[in-house]
Amino acid sequence: MAELFSENNVKVHVREMNFFYGQVQALFNINIDIPEKQVTAFIGPSGCGKSTFLRTLNRMNDIIDGTRIEGKVMIDGSDIYNPMTDVVALRKKVGMIFQKSNPFPKSIFDNIAYGPRLHGVKDKNSLMEIVETCLVKSALWDEVKDRLDKSAMGLSGGQQQRLCIARALAINPDVVLMDEPASALDPKSTLKIEDLVNELKKDYTIIIVTHNMQQAGRVSDYTAFFYEGRLIEYGATGQIFTKPNVKQTEDYITGRFG
Amino acid sequence: MKSKRTGDKIVFWMMRGITYSVVLFIAYILLDILLHGLPAISWEFLTGDPEKSGAEGGIFPAILGTLLLVVGTIAVALPLGMFSAIYLTEYAKQSKFTQTIRMAIVTLAGVPSIVFGLFGLGLFVITLDFGSSILAGSLTLACMILPTIIVASEEALKAVPKYMREGSLALGATKWETIYKNVLPYAMPGMLTGSILGIGRAAGETAPILLTAAAFFLPELPTSVFDQVMALPYHLYILATQHPEAQKILPMQYGTALVLLFLVIGLNFVAIFLRIRVRKKYKW
Repeated sequence: MAELFSENNVKVHVREMNFFYGQVQALFNINIDIPEKQVTAFIGPSGCGKSTFLRTLNRMNDIIDGTRIEGKVMIDGSDIYNPMTDVVALRKKVGMIFQKSNPFPKSIFDNIAYGPRLHGVKDKNSLMEIVETCLVKSALWDEVKDRLDKSAMGLSGGQQQRLCIARALAINPDVVLMDEPASALDPKSTLKIEDLVNELKKDYTIIIVTHNMQQAGRVSDYTAFFYEGRLIEYGATGQIFTKPNVKQTEDYITGRFG
Repeated sequence: MKSKRTGDKIVFWMMRGITYSVVLFIAYILLDILLHGLPAISWEFLTGDPEKSGAEGGIFPAILGTLLLVVGTIAVALPLGMFSAIYLTEYAKQSKFTQTIRMAIVTLAGVPSIVFGLFGLGLFVITLDFGSSILAGSLTLACMILPTIIVASEEALKAVPKYMREGSLALGATKWETIYKNVLPYAMPGMLTGSILGIGRAAGETAPILLTAAAFFLPELPTSVFDQVMALPYHLYILATQHPEAQKILPMQYGTALVLLFLVIGLNFVAIFLRIRVRKKYKW
Protein backbone atom coordinates (compact mmCIF):
# COMPACT_ATOMS: atom_id res chain seq x y z
CA MET A 1 0.00 0.00 0.00
CA ALA A 2 2.98 2.23 0.29
CA GLU A 3 2.63 3.02 -3.38
CA LEU A 4 -0.78 4.67 -2.80
CA PHE A 5 0.40 7.60 -0.73
CA SER A 6 3.32 8.65 1.39
CA GLU A 7 3.60 7.04 4.80
CA ASN A 8 3.57 10.46 6.41
CA ASN A 9 0.00 10.96 5.36
CA VAL A 10 -1.41 7.90 7.10
CA LYS A 11 -4.18 8.90 9.48
CA VAL A 12 -5.72 5.56 10.31
CA HIS A 13 -3.60 2.45 10.43
CA VAL A 14 -5.21 -0.96 10.95
CA ARG A 15 -3.37 -4.26 11.20
CA GLU A 16 -4.58 -7.84 11.55
CA MET A 17 -7.90 -6.74 12.96
CA ASN A 18 -10.64 -9.25 13.75
CA PHE A 19 -14.02 -8.32 15.11
CA PHE A 20 -16.68 -10.48 16.78
CA TYR A 21 -20.33 -10.09 17.74
CA GLY A 22 -20.43 -12.70 20.49
CA GLN A 23 -19.35 -15.93 18.78
CA VAL A 24 -19.89 -14.59 15.28
CA GLN A 25 -16.86 -13.17 13.55
CA ALA A 26 -17.81 -10.13 11.49
CA LEU A 27 -14.42 -8.90 10.29
CA PHE A 28 -11.44 -11.03 9.27
CA ASN A 29 -7.84 -9.89 9.31
CA ILE A 30 -8.34 -6.32 8.16
CA ASN A 31 -5.21 -4.42 7.10
CA ILE A 32 -5.57 -0.91 5.79
CA ASP A 33 -3.97 2.52 5.85
CA ILE A 34 -6.26 5.49 5.38
CA PRO A 35 -4.76 8.82 4.26
CA GLU A 36 -5.21 12.18 5.90
CA LYS A 37 -7.49 14.83 4.38
CA GLN A 38 -8.75 12.58 1.63
CA VAL A 39 -12.04 10.85 1.13
CA THR A 40 -11.96 7.09 1.49
CA ALA A 41 -15.04 5.11 0.55
CA PHE A 42 -15.99 1.66 1.87
CA ILE A 43 -18.18 -0.25 -0.54
CA GLY A 44 -19.62 -3.73 -0.59
CA PRO A 45 -22.94 -5.58 -0.38
CA SER A 46 -25.14 -5.46 2.74
CA GLY A 47 -23.68 -7.36 5.65
CA CYS A 48 -20.13 -7.26 4.31
CA GLY A 49 -18.85 -5.58 7.46
CA LYS A 50 -18.17 -2.11 6.08
CA SER A 51 -20.37 -0.36 8.67
CA THR A 52 -19.03 -2.55 11.46
CA PHE A 53 -15.52 -1.58 10.45
CA LEU A 54 -16.43 2.09 10.35
CA ARG A 55 -17.85 1.85 13.85
CA THR A 56 -14.67 0.31 15.21
CA LEU A 57 -12.88 3.56 14.33
CA ASN A 58 -14.67 5.61 17.00
CA ARG A 59 -15.41 2.62 19.21
CA MET A 60 -19.16 2.89 18.72
CA ASN A 61 -19.28 -0.89 18.78
CA ASP A 62 -18.29 -0.72 22.45
CA ILE A 63 -21.88 0.04 23.35
CA ILE A 64 -23.12 -3.25 21.92
CA ASP A 65 -22.99 -6.05 24.48
CA GLY A 66 -20.67 -8.94 23.72
CA THR A 67 -18.50 -7.44 21.01
CA ARG A 68 -14.78 -8.14 20.92
CA ILE A 69 -11.89 -6.89 18.84
CA GLU A 70 -8.40 -8.21 18.13
CA GLY A 71 -5.48 -6.58 16.36
CA LYS A 72 -4.32 -3.02 16.09
CA VAL A 73 -6.28 0.14 15.24
CA MET A 74 -4.14 3.26 15.31
CA ILE A 75 -5.20 6.83 14.69
CA ASP A 76 -2.37 9.37 14.51
CA GLY A 77 -0.04 6.69 15.73
CA SER A 78 -1.81 5.85 18.97
CA ASP A 79 -3.69 2.63 19.58
CA ILE A 80 -7.34 3.52 20.16
CA TYR A 81 -8.06 0.19 21.82
CA ASN A 82 -5.31 0.65 24.37
CA PRO A 83 -6.88 0.41 27.85
CA MET A 84 -5.44 3.85 28.60
CA THR A 85 -7.33 5.44 25.70
CA ASP A 86 -9.97 7.97 26.70
CA VAL A 87 -13.00 7.00 24.63
CA VAL A 88 -14.58 10.41 25.10
CA ALA A 89 -11.49 12.13 23.72
CA LEU A 90 -11.39 9.65 20.85
CA ARG A 91 -14.99 10.33 19.87
CA LYS A 92 -14.32 14.03 20.07
CA LYS A 93 -11.56 13.57 17.57
CA VAL A 94 -13.43 11.11 15.36
CA GLY A 95 -16.88 12.44 14.56
CA MET A 96 -19.67 10.36 13.08
CA ILE A 97 -22.66 10.87 10.79
CA PHE A 98 -25.28 8.15 10.89
CA GLN A 99 -27.31 6.56 8.17
CA LYS A 100 -30.57 7.76 9.60
CA SER A 101 -30.24 11.45 10.34
CA ASN A 102 -30.66 11.78 14.06
CA PRO A 103 -31.23 15.38 15.09
CA PHE A 104 -32.15 15.72 18.74
CA PRO A 105 -35.63 17.06 19.45
CA LYS A 106 -34.18 20.39 20.44
CA SER A 107 -33.70 23.69 18.61
CA ILE A 108 -31.28 23.89 15.70
CA PHE A 109 -28.98 25.98 17.87
CA ASP A 110 -29.06 23.53 20.77
CA ASN A 111 -28.36 20.62 18.45
CA ILE A 112 -25.10 22.12 17.26
CA ALA A 113 -24.21 23.53 20.66
CA TYR A 114 -24.72 20.11 22.26
CA GLY A 115 -21.16 18.92 21.68
CA PRO A 116 -19.35 22.17 22.52
CA ARG A 117 -21.40 22.52 25.70
CA LEU A 118 -20.41 19.01 26.74
CA HIS A 119 -16.80 19.96 26.29
CA GLY A 120 -17.06 23.07 28.38
CA VAL A 121 -18.00 25.97 26.08
CA LYS A 122 -20.55 27.99 28.05
CA ASP A 123 -20.26 31.52 26.72
CA LYS A 124 -23.24 32.37 24.53
CA ASN A 125 -21.18 34.37 22.02
CA SER A 126 -18.61 31.62 21.50
CA LEU A 127 -21.42 29.12 21.05
CA MET A 128 -23.09 31.37 18.52
CA GLU A 129 -19.82 31.65 16.64
CA ILE A 130 -19.40 27.87 16.55
CA VAL A 131 -22.99 27.36 15.43
CA GLU A 132 -22.62 29.82 12.60
CA THR A 133 -19.26 28.47 11.41
CA CYS A 134 -20.51 24.90 11.39
CA LEU A 135 -23.76 25.74 9.65
CA VAL A 136 -21.82 27.65 7.00
CA LYS A 137 -19.47 24.71 6.57
CA SER A 138 -22.38 22.31 6.19
CA ALA A 139 -24.05 24.62 3.67
CA LEU A 140 -27.13 25.04 5.82
CA TRP A 141 -26.66 28.55 7.19
CA ASP A 142 -28.65 30.42 4.57
CA GLU A 143 -31.59 28.08 4.96
CA VAL A 144 -31.84 28.19 8.74
CA LYS A 145 -30.20 31.39 9.97
CA ASP A 146 -33.59 32.95 10.75
CA ARG A 147 -34.90 30.03 12.75
CA LEU A 148 -32.06 28.80 14.89
CA ASP A 149 -34.39 28.64 17.88
CA LYS A 150 -36.91 26.44 16.06
CA SER A 151 -36.98 22.68 16.50
CA ALA A 152 -34.61 20.71 14.30
CA MET A 153 -37.41 18.21 13.75
CA GLY A 154 -39.09 20.68 11.40
CA LEU A 155 -36.25 20.48 8.86
CA SER A 156 -36.43 18.34 5.73
CA GLY A 157 -34.56 15.03 5.60
CA GLY A 158 -31.66 16.50 3.65
CA GLN A 159 -31.45 19.51 5.93
CA GLN A 160 -31.52 17.24 8.99
CA GLN A 161 -28.57 15.29 7.67
CA ARG A 162 -26.61 18.47 7.00
CA LEU A 163 -27.52 19.60 10.50
CA CYS A 164 -26.04 16.36 11.83
CA ILE A 165 -22.89 17.08 9.86
CA ALA A 166 -22.76 20.58 11.35
CA ARG A 167 -23.27 19.07 14.80
CA ALA A 168 -20.40 16.65 14.27
CA LEU A 169 -18.13 19.47 13.03
CA ALA A 170 -18.93 21.54 16.11
CA ILE A 171 -16.66 19.41 18.29
CA ASN A 172 -13.81 20.06 15.88
CA PRO A 173 -12.94 16.50 14.87
CA ASP A 174 -9.99 15.42 12.71
CA VAL A 175 -11.73 12.47 11.17
CA VAL A 176 -15.37 12.34 10.07
CA LEU A 177 -16.98 8.93 9.68
CA MET A 178 -20.08 8.81 7.51
CA ASP A 179 -22.27 5.75 7.55
CA GLU A 180 -24.32 5.84 4.35
CA PRO A 181 -25.16 9.48 4.99
CA ALA A 182 -27.32 9.90 1.89
CA SER A 183 -29.04 6.55 1.63
CA ALA A 184 -32.35 7.90 2.93
CA LEU A 185 -32.27 11.10 0.88
CA ASP A 186 -33.64 12.17 -2.49
CA PRO A 187 -31.17 12.70 -5.39
CA LYS A 188 -31.02 16.47 -4.94
CA SER A 189 -30.22 16.28 -1.25
CA THR A 190 -27.74 13.51 -1.99
CA LEU A 191 -25.88 15.75 -4.39
CA LYS A 192 -25.71 18.46 -1.74
CA ILE A 193 -24.19 16.03 0.72
CA GLU A 194 -21.68 14.90 -1.90
CA ASP A 195 -20.66 18.48 -2.67
CA LEU A 196 -20.27 18.98 1.01
CA VAL A 197 -18.01 15.96 1.34
CA ASN A 198 -15.80 17.37 -1.42
CA GLU A 199 -15.67 20.69 0.37
CA LEU A 200 -14.93 19.20 3.79
CA LYS A 201 -11.96 17.09 2.76
CA LYS A 202 -9.81 20.22 2.76
CA ASP A 203 -9.95 20.18 6.53
CA TYR A 204 -10.99 16.69 7.51
CA THR A 205 -10.14 13.08 6.90
CA ILE A 206 -13.38 11.60 5.64
CA ILE A 207 -14.35 7.95 5.60
CA ILE A 208 -17.66 7.22 3.97
CA VAL A 209 -19.58 3.97 3.81
CA THR A 210 -21.85 3.76 0.84
CA HIS A 211 -24.10 1.37 -0.97
CA ASN A 212 -24.09 3.49 -4.00
CA MET A 213 -21.13 2.87 -6.29
CA GLN A 214 -21.66 5.98 -8.38
CA GLN A 215 -21.48 7.92 -5.18
CA ALA A 216 -18.21 6.27 -4.20
CA GLY A 217 -16.91 7.07 -7.66
CA ARG A 218 -17.98 10.69 -7.42
CA VAL A 219 -16.78 11.60 -3.96
CA SER A 220 -13.88 9.42 -2.98
CA ASP A 221 -10.15 9.44 -3.62
CA TYR A 222 -9.65 5.90 -2.36
CA THR A 223 -12.00 2.98 -2.30
CA ALA A 224 -12.00 -0.19 -0.24
CA PHE A 225 -14.17 -3.11 -1.29
CA PHE A 226 -15.42 -5.40 1.49
CA TYR A 227 -17.03 -8.77 1.03
CA GLU A 228 -18.14 -11.23 3.71
CA GLY A 229 -16.13 -9.53 6.42
CA ARG A 230 -12.92 -9.32 4.43
CA LEU A 231 -11.20 -6.41 2.79
CA ILE A 232 -10.98 -7.69 -0.78
CA GLU A 233 -9.36 -4.79 -2.54
CA TYR A 234 -8.20 -1.30 -1.71
CA GLY A 235 -6.79 1.34 -3.99
CA ALA A 236 -7.20 4.67 -5.70
CA THR A 237 -10.84 5.06 -6.68
CA GLY A 238 -10.03 5.47 -10.37
CA GLN A 239 -8.09 2.24 -10.43
CA ILE A 240 -10.72 0.25 -8.46
CA PHE A 241 -13.46 1.38 -10.79
CA THR A 242 -11.61 1.01 -14.09
CA LYS A 243 -9.24 -1.90 -13.64
CA PRO A 244 -9.77 -3.75 -10.40
CA ASN A 245 -7.21 -6.45 -9.67
CA VAL A 246 -9.59 -8.91 -8.05
CA LYS A 247 -12.39 -10.70 -9.84
CA GLN A 248 -14.90 -10.22 -6.98
CA THR A 249 -14.37 -6.45 -7.04
CA GLU A 250 -14.98 -6.38 -10.75
CA ASP A 251 -18.11 -8.48 -10.40
CA TYR A 252 -19.49 -6.20 -7.74
CA ILE A 253 -18.64 -2.99 -9.52
CA THR A 254 -20.09 -4.13 -12.80
CA GLY A 255 -23.25 -5.10 -10.97
CA ARG A 256 -23.01 -8.84 -11.33
CA PHE A 257 -23.92 -9.28 -7.67
CA GLY A 258 -24.69 -7.20 -4.61
CA MET B 1 -71.65 -13.98 2.52
CA LYS B 2 -74.57 -12.37 4.25
CA SER B 3 -74.32 -14.56 7.37
CA LYS B 4 -70.64 -13.73 7.63
CA ARG B 5 -71.45 -10.05 7.74
CA THR B 6 -74.15 -10.61 10.35
CA GLY B 7 -71.63 -12.44 12.50
CA ASP B 8 -69.27 -9.52 12.18
CA LYS B 9 -71.98 -7.14 13.24
CA ILE B 10 -72.92 -9.24 16.26
CA VAL B 11 -69.33 -9.29 17.49
CA PHE B 12 -69.02 -5.57 16.92
CA TRP B 13 -72.19 -4.77 18.84
CA MET B 14 -71.23 -7.14 21.63
CA MET B 15 -67.91 -5.40 22.13
CA ARG B 16 -69.48 -2.02 21.89
CA GLY B 17 -72.10 -3.06 24.45
CA ILE B 18 -69.48 -4.36 26.86
CA THR B 19 -67.40 -1.19 26.58
CA TYR B 20 -70.43 1.00 27.15
CA SER B 21 -71.53 -1.01 30.18
CA VAL B 22 -68.07 -0.55 31.74
CA VAL B 23 -68.31 3.18 31.18
CA LEU B 24 -71.82 3.12 32.55
CA PHE B 25 -70.71 1.46 35.79
CA ILE B 26 -67.97 4.00 36.33
CA ALA B 27 -70.33 6.84 35.53
CA TYR B 28 -72.87 5.45 37.97
CA ILE B 29 -70.32 5.20 40.77
CA LEU B 30 -69.03 8.71 40.13
CA LEU B 31 -72.50 10.17 39.87
CA ASP B 32 -73.69 8.41 43.02
CA ILE B 33 -70.76 9.74 45.02
CA LEU B 34 -71.09 13.18 43.50
CA LEU B 35 -74.83 13.48 44.15
CA HIS B 36 -74.69 12.20 47.70
CA GLY B 37 -71.36 13.74 48.53
CA LEU B 38 -71.80 17.29 47.31
CA PRO B 39 -74.41 18.27 49.93
CA ALA B 40 -71.93 17.24 52.64
CA ILE B 41 -69.17 19.45 51.28
CA SER B 42 -68.84 22.76 53.02
CA TRP B 43 -66.06 25.04 54.14
CA GLU B 44 -66.44 23.67 57.63
CA PHE B 45 -66.29 20.09 56.35
CA LEU B 46 -63.06 20.71 54.49
CA THR B 47 -61.29 22.73 57.17
CA GLY B 48 -62.82 21.57 60.45
CA ASP B 49 -61.91 18.86 62.92
CA PRO B 50 -64.11 15.79 63.25
CA GLU B 51 -66.55 15.82 66.11
CA LYS B 52 -68.51 13.05 67.82
CA SER B 53 -66.28 10.33 66.35
CA GLY B 54 -66.61 11.73 62.87
CA ALA B 55 -70.39 11.87 62.93
CA GLU B 56 -70.20 15.64 62.71
CA GLY B 57 -67.59 18.29 61.97
CA GLY B 58 -64.97 18.15 59.26
CA ILE B 59 -62.23 15.97 57.87
CA PHE B 60 -59.34 18.41 57.62
CA PRO B 61 -56.85 16.26 59.58
CA ALA B 62 -57.57 13.33 57.27
CA ILE B 63 -57.05 15.44 54.14
CA LEU B 64 -53.80 16.81 55.53
CA GLY B 65 -52.70 13.31 56.57
CA THR B 66 -53.32 11.85 53.14
CA LEU B 67 -51.49 14.75 51.50
CA LEU B 68 -48.53 14.26 53.83
CA LEU B 69 -48.44 10.55 53.09
CA VAL B 70 -48.58 11.23 49.35
CA VAL B 71 -45.75 13.75 49.54
CA GLY B 72 -43.68 11.34 51.64
CA THR B 73 -44.36 8.52 49.21
CA ILE B 74 -43.36 10.63 46.22
CA ALA B 75 -40.18 11.76 47.95
CA VAL B 76 -39.13 8.18 48.58
CA ALA B 77 -40.53 6.24 45.64
CA LEU B 78 -39.91 8.59 42.75
CA PRO B 79 -36.12 8.85 42.97
CA LEU B 80 -35.71 5.20 43.96
CA GLY B 81 -37.96 3.98 41.16
CA MET B 82 -36.50 6.23 38.51
CA PHE B 83 -32.89 5.41 39.34
CA SER B 84 -33.68 1.70 39.42
CA ALA B 85 -35.29 1.98 36.01
CA ILE B 86 -32.32 3.92 34.66
CA TYR B 87 -29.98 1.28 35.98
CA LEU B 88 -32.01 -1.58 34.57
CA THR B 89 -32.49 -0.13 31.10
CA GLU B 90 -29.27 1.82 30.55
CA TYR B 91 -26.55 0.14 32.55
CA ALA B 92 -27.38 -3.44 33.50
CA LYS B 93 -26.31 -6.07 30.99
CA GLN B 94 -29.05 -8.40 29.85
CA SER B 95 -28.43 -11.50 31.92
CA LYS B 96 -30.23 -14.18 33.92
CA PHE B 97 -29.68 -12.03 36.98
CA THR B 98 -31.37 -8.90 35.61
CA GLN B 99 -34.15 -11.04 34.20
CA THR B 100 -34.75 -12.40 37.67
CA ILE B 101 -34.83 -8.87 39.07
CA ARG B 102 -37.38 -7.85 36.44
CA MET B 103 -39.53 -10.89 37.22
CA ALA B 104 -39.37 -10.05 40.92
CA ILE B 105 -40.45 -6.47 40.26
CA VAL B 106 -43.39 -7.51 38.14
CA THR B 107 -44.43 -10.07 40.75
CA LEU B 108 -44.14 -7.46 43.46
CA ALA B 109 -46.67 -5.32 41.60
CA GLY B 110 -49.22 -8.08 42.10
CA VAL B 111 -48.72 -8.57 45.83
CA PRO B 112 -51.87 -7.63 47.82
CA SER B 113 -51.59 -4.33 49.63
CA ILE B 114 -52.28 -5.87 53.02
CA VAL B 115 -49.10 -7.88 52.63
CA PHE B 116 -47.18 -4.66 52.09
CA GLY B 117 -48.92 -3.34 55.20
CA LEU B 118 -47.70 -6.30 57.24
CA PHE B 119 -44.23 -5.94 55.76
CA GLY B 120 -44.19 -2.25 56.71
CA LEU B 121 -45.43 -3.08 60.18
CA GLY B 122 -42.67 -5.61 60.64
CA LEU B 123 -39.81 -3.62 59.14
CA PHE B 124 -40.51 0.08 59.58
CA VAL B 125 -42.85 0.21 62.57
CA ILE B 126 -41.30 -2.48 64.77
CA THR B 127 -37.78 -3.42 63.65
CA LEU B 128 -36.64 0.08 62.69
CA ASP B 129 -38.77 1.46 65.52
CA PHE B 130 -40.36 4.32 63.57
CA GLY B 131 -43.62 3.49 65.31
CA SER B 132 -46.92 4.01 63.56
CA SER B 133 -46.00 7.23 61.75
CA ILE B 134 -45.98 9.28 58.58
CA LEU B 135 -42.48 7.99 57.91
CA ALA B 136 -43.40 4.32 58.25
CA GLY B 137 -46.58 4.81 56.22
CA SER B 138 -44.82 6.67 53.41
CA LEU B 139 -42.08 4.07 53.23
CA THR B 140 -44.65 1.27 53.10
CA LEU B 141 -46.67 2.96 50.38
CA ALA B 142 -43.44 3.68 48.52
CA CYS B 143 -42.54 -0.03 48.56
CA MET B 144 -45.98 -0.83 47.27
CA ILE B 145 -45.83 1.48 44.26
CA LEU B 146 -42.14 1.06 43.44
CA PRO B 147 -42.85 -1.72 40.93
CA THR B 148 -45.38 0.48 39.12
CA ILE B 149 -42.91 3.35 38.94
CA ILE B 150 -40.04 1.15 37.81
CA VAL B 151 -42.03 -0.57 35.08
CA ALA B 152 -43.53 2.69 33.81
CA SER B 153 -40.13 4.40 33.83
CA GLU B 154 -38.47 1.50 32.05
CA GLU B 155 -41.09 1.63 29.31
CA ALA B 156 -40.61 5.37 28.95
CA LEU B 157 -36.82 5.00 28.73
CA LYS B 158 -37.07 2.21 26.20
CA ALA B 159 -39.32 4.39 24.05
CA VAL B 160 -36.44 6.84 23.50
CA PRO B 161 -34.87 5.69 20.22
CA LYS B 162 -31.40 4.20 20.29
CA TYR B 163 -30.11 6.79 17.83
CA MET B 164 -30.52 9.52 20.45
CA ARG B 165 -28.01 7.71 22.62
CA GLU B 166 -25.65 6.92 19.74
CA GLY B 167 -25.81 10.48 18.45
CA SER B 168 -24.86 11.84 21.83
CA LEU B 169 -22.11 9.29 22.52
CA ALA B 170 -20.62 9.96 19.09
CA LEU B 171 -20.25 13.61 20.08
CA GLY B 172 -18.01 12.59 22.93
CA ALA B 173 -20.61 12.57 25.71
CA THR B 174 -20.08 10.11 28.53
CA LYS B 175 -22.77 7.59 29.25
CA TRP B 176 -24.23 9.56 32.13
CA GLU B 177 -24.11 12.84 30.17
CA THR B 178 -25.98 11.09 27.39
CA ILE B 179 -28.64 9.76 29.74
CA TYR B 180 -28.97 13.01 31.62
CA LYS B 181 -29.04 15.35 28.63
CA ASN B 182 -30.40 13.30 25.78
CA VAL B 183 -32.51 10.49 27.18
CA LEU B 184 -34.11 11.60 30.45
CA PRO B 185 -35.66 14.81 29.11
CA TYR B 186 -37.54 12.83 26.47
CA ALA B 187 -38.47 9.98 28.81
CA MET B 188 -39.61 12.30 31.61
CA PRO B 189 -43.26 12.73 30.58
CA GLY B 190 -43.76 8.99 30.38
CA MET B 191 -41.90 8.37 33.61
CA LEU B 192 -43.89 11.01 35.48
CA THR B 193 -47.26 9.95 34.12
CA GLY B 194 -46.76 6.33 35.05
CA SER B 195 -45.44 7.30 38.44
CA ILE B 196 -48.22 9.71 39.29
CA LEU B 197 -50.85 7.16 38.35
CA GLY B 198 -49.13 4.80 40.79
CA ILE B 199 -49.07 7.48 43.46
CA GLY B 200 -52.77 8.10 42.91
CA ARG B 201 -53.34 4.48 43.72
CA ALA B 202 -51.26 4.78 46.87
CA ALA B 203 -53.28 7.78 48.01
CA GLY B 204 -56.42 5.66 48.06
CA GLU B 205 -54.99 2.60 49.78
CA THR B 206 -56.25 1.66 53.22
CA ALA B 207 -54.61 -1.60 54.18
CA PRO B 208 -50.94 -0.51 54.18
CA ILE B 209 -51.52 2.64 56.24
CA LEU B 210 -53.95 0.89 58.55
CA LEU B 211 -50.99 -1.00 59.99
CA THR B 212 -48.27 1.61 59.65
CA ALA B 213 -49.49 5.19 59.88
CA ALA B 214 -53.16 5.89 60.35
CA ALA B 215 -55.19 6.64 63.44
CA PHE B 216 -58.92 7.11 63.42
CA PHE B 217 -58.92 10.15 65.61
CA LEU B 218 -56.14 12.44 66.75
CA PRO B 219 -56.67 15.55 68.81
CA GLU B 220 -53.60 17.29 67.35
CA LEU B 221 -52.22 17.76 63.86
CA PRO B 222 -48.92 15.96 63.25
CA THR B 223 -45.77 17.95 63.96
CA SER B 224 -43.07 15.54 62.77
CA VAL B 225 -42.65 12.56 60.46
CA PHE B 226 -42.73 10.32 63.51
CA ASP B 227 -46.32 11.30 64.31
CA GLN B 228 -49.37 9.30 63.42
CA VAL B 229 -51.84 10.85 61.03
CA MET B 230 -55.45 10.55 60.06
CA ALA B 231 -56.02 9.61 56.43
CA LEU B 232 -59.00 9.79 54.09
CA PRO B 233 -59.30 6.15 53.06
CA TYR B 234 -58.96 4.93 56.63
CA HIS B 235 -61.41 7.56 57.88
CA LEU B 236 -63.89 6.39 55.28
CA TYR B 237 -63.34 2.77 56.19
CA ILE B 238 -64.07 3.43 59.86
CA LEU B 239 -67.10 5.62 59.15
CA ALA B 240 -68.57 3.04 56.82
CA THR B 241 -67.90 -0.17 58.70
CA GLN B 242 -66.83 0.44 62.29
CA HIS B 243 -68.91 3.41 63.35
CA PRO B 244 -71.81 2.57 65.71
CA GLU B 245 -74.09 4.85 63.73
CA ALA B 246 -72.77 4.01 60.30
CA GLN B 247 -76.19 4.24 58.62
CA LYS B 248 -76.96 7.65 60.04
CA ILE B 249 -73.79 9.34 58.93
CA LEU B 250 -73.97 8.43 55.25
CA PRO B 251 -73.49 12.05 54.11
CA MET B 252 -70.17 12.18 56.01
CA GLN B 253 -69.07 9.00 54.26
CA TYR B 254 -70.07 10.27 50.85
CA GLY B 255 -68.37 13.60 51.50
CA THR B 256 -65.14 11.86 52.49
CA ALA B 257 -65.30 9.60 49.44
CA LEU B 258 -65.83 12.60 47.18
CA VAL B 259 -62.84 14.46 48.59
CA LEU B 260 -60.64 11.38 48.20
CA LEU B 261 -61.86 10.91 44.66
CA PHE B 262 -61.07 14.51 43.78
CA LEU B 263 -57.62 14.18 45.24
CA VAL B 264 -56.83 11.13 43.10
CA ILE B 265 -58.40 12.58 39.96
CA GLY B 266 -56.51 15.81 40.62
CA LEU B 267 -53.24 13.87 40.75
CA ASN B 268 -54.07 12.22 37.44
CA PHE B 269 -54.78 15.59 35.89
CA VAL B 270 -51.38 16.79 37.03
CA ALA B 271 -49.93 13.79 35.20
CA ILE B 272 -51.82 14.55 32.01
CA PHE B 273 -50.90 18.22 32.17
CA LEU B 274 -47.21 17.44 32.66
CA ARG B 275 -47.27 15.00 29.80
CA ILE B 276 -48.79 17.46 27.38
CA ARG B 277 -46.41 20.24 28.39
CA VAL B 278 -43.20 18.27 28.13
CA ARG B 279 -44.34 16.45 24.98
CA LYS B 280 -44.85 19.74 23.26
CA LYS B 281 -41.34 20.79 24.11
CA TYR B 282 -39.65 17.60 22.97
CA LYS B 283 -41.40 16.15 19.99
CA TRP B 284 -39.74 13.68 17.70
